[in-house]
Amino acid sequence: MSFPDPIAVFRTEAAELLEQIEAGLLDLNVNLGDKDQVDAVFRGLHTLKGSGAMFGFDALAAFTHHCETAFDRVRKGEVPATRELVTAVLEAKDHMRALVDTPNGDHEATGEALLANLRAAVDGANSSGAGSPAKAAPGQNHFKIRFSLPQNAMANGTNPLPLLDELRELGECKIVADRSAIPSLELLAPTDLYVSWEVELLTTQPRSAIDDVFIFVMDEMQLDVVTVEPPLAARTPAKSAAPVAEALPAAAPQAVAAAPAVPPAPAAPALVDAKQKKTSENVRVPAEKLDELMDRVGELVIAQSRLSQLAGGSGDLQLRAVSEDVERLSGELRDTMMVLRMVPVTQLFGRFRRLVHDLAHETGKTIELLTEGETTEVDKSVIERLADPLVHLVRNSCDHGLETPEERRAAGKPEAGHILLSARQQAGEVIITIKDDGRGINKERVRAKAESSGLIAPNANLTDQELYQLIFQPGFSTAQTVTNLSGRGVGMDVVKRTIDALRGTINVTSHVGKGSEISLAIPLTLAIIDGLLVRVGDGRYVIPLSAVEECLELPIEEDMRSRGRSFISLRDSLVPFLRLRDLFRTGTKPDPFQKVVVISTGSERVGLVVDQIIGDHQTVIKGMSKLHHDVATFSGATILGDGDVALILDVGHLVAEGQQQEAHLRAAG
Amino acid sequence: MSASILTVDDSASIRLTTRVALSNAGYQITEAVDGLDGIAKLKASQFDLIVTDLNMPNMDGLTMIRELRKMPAHMGVPVIFLTTESDNDIKQEAKAAGATGWLTKPFDPESLVKIVRKVLGR
Repeated sequence: MSFPDPIAVFRTEAAELLEQIEAGLLDLNVNLGDKDQVDAVFRGLHTLKGSGAMFGFDALAAFTHHCETAFDRVRKGEVPATRELVTAVLEAKDHMRALVDTPNGDHEATGEALLANLRAAVDGANSSGAGSPAKAAPGQNHFKIRFSLPQNAMANGTNPLPLLDELRELGECKIVADRSAIPSLELLAPTDLYVSWEVELLTTQPRSAIDDVFIFVMDEMQLDVVTVEPPLAARTPAKSAAPVAEALPAAAPQAVAAAPAVPPAPAAPALVDAKQKKTSENVRVPAEKLDELMDRVGELVIAQSRLSQLAGGSGDLQLRAVSEDVERLSGELRDTMMVLRMVPVTQLFGRFRRLVHDLAHETGKTIELLTEGETTEVDKSVIERLADPLVHLVRNSCDHGLETPEERRAAGKPEAGHILLSARQQAGEVIITIKDDGRGINKERVRAKAESSGLIAPNANLTDQELYQLIFQPGFSTAQTVTNLSGRGVGMDVVKRTIDALRGTINVTSHVGKGSEISLAIPLTLAIIDGLLVRVGDGRYVIPLSAVEECLELPIEEDMRSRGRSFISLRDSLVPFLRLRDLFRTGTKPDPFQKVVVISTGSERVGLVVDQIIGDHQTVIKGMSKLHHDVATFSGATILGDGDVALILDVGHLVAEGQQQEAHLRAAG
Repeated sequence: MSASILTVDDSASIRLTTRVALSNAGYQITEAVDGLDGIAKLKASQFDLIVTDLNMPNMDGLTMIRELRKMPAHMGVPVIFLTTESDNDIKQEAKAAGATGWLTKPFDPESLVKIVRKVLGR
């Protein structure tokens, strides 16, 4: 039997626990009286401590213990939950993360400082140390033991026979059962225990070994141990054991029952219930394994399209039937695979609560973070790569976008700034928006800065959108002061690069005094897409199907007329179009009836003139080599059924190009 | 026939460790993620021993033990609970609820197996 590495499982689990703890703390920060959250945080810390110690993370366990103790006191109502405590434990939580990640690192100083904070927060240190019980001295002993177990012992799972076996293992043993207490049959309850035992034991083991045998029932049982013929130099141990038949009176059951039961964790709200259940039914799979599976599915899809092509060209009906089955199955497999890789953006958004909490603290602003559409699902690899850009954008909003409370009051706005983080799905894309109600982007300042740094010519005619896109240029910053958080001009260009790499687009809107909104449109997945296979000249290309709006024939008169100006009128609106033949310099004769594939990104459209539309095609995207990294027109390549390579068109780029063309023509009149 | 054991713990890593230790010792393991799940599994089949955590969401170990002791089908099934040093009061409570024995966390696999042997007698 093989098992996954428990340490690795622990690490994953610890990461989850830490997230839970953080979420609990942040919720608690909003409502300090929230008992459920106190319990949740306590439970998280408790589990982390317990598991940490299990897997050798002793520093973590020891450190977490203090936080747990603090929360235990809150739970028991000994100390109130305060913001200071929440902040202290939040910081401590980061330290725990470090202790999980690098258990052997040098963390002592940091830990000490954090614990001092914690102590200050709970007002007074809480130390707990239990002395370990002294060990009894060993020696050759002769014990006379008399014991009886509680009457309900068997019902509670205690079996006296293994206990007797254990006594036998200790040494030479003589056991006599006392059956005098067995009642007559009609009074006998089959689940009760009436027998007691007398045992004579000769052993080298100390007295404590006998206690160990009965360790689980010690408190409720009658156990008399008498040392016969005390060993030679009998000193303290003999004295303490011999005369006093050490009877541990059974704790009066009534007393136990009457003792106020520690309230079992109050029934968690239904929401948490559902969540818990959901996670418990999940299977944890390392991301690499999913990637591997994805690769295999990709290969299968390619092999399948070869098969379809072969079958299509053959007259063998059976082969065709099989090929169709395989096609259906691989399509379904692909869809299932995609769903496997989809994760809700919740986990991505979750971390921003902490970020905003910290930023508010640092900047002295009051900031409220709202989130929307957290259940929107995105491919796992996309989510991971979105994290950094979003951090930059949220930081920017907090630092540049939102005003100080004084400024806000002066501007007649509520003191607390708002940041809305939302996600929604639109066709094959997910749109993630960061919106704030801060001061907005100062267009004049952006323009002045761009002119002074030579990015644009003075008085260049730019649309607002083009102007805003300038902020994504490397080294561009309009902040007058460089702060700890942002303003160094580093970041936004990284955002742009990352989003470009994801084949996404960035859209900026802003109103001075009202705030700004940055939308990222990202393809849902990076691995397999449905594509429209087209031919341009001798080459075949794939257009992502999710971007295709419609296909139509390029009217001959339009073709002739539009030699100089590339617009096609589509139901009363002019759509710019690009001749891919020209773009790719095919050098072949155009087909007599050329087709236009209209593609769009959101509101903007562009037509692509191709020679032939071949049909839809499941496409496994293969990345481009470093050498071809700069080729913006294509986002990747794919392998066709016959082994040929087809390039995948980058929709965002082509649309931008079309729009540019349109803008220039408009400007030219 | 090897004894079958139900382990109830909300921590996947602890479940894994107990599973590894007990499977290697030749026991058959069924896992439950909390008390509620544990009760559901108890309703579905018989076990020779139950190892449970106390602190769990949905239904804690104490409640589960109390529920279990009300089920005639599981009369006399030993229950070992996992506890930490700081749970001393709760130990008393667990025993009153009907637990058979306990094991203090952190524990090493050998001591778990030892205690299971002790309680099962095999």
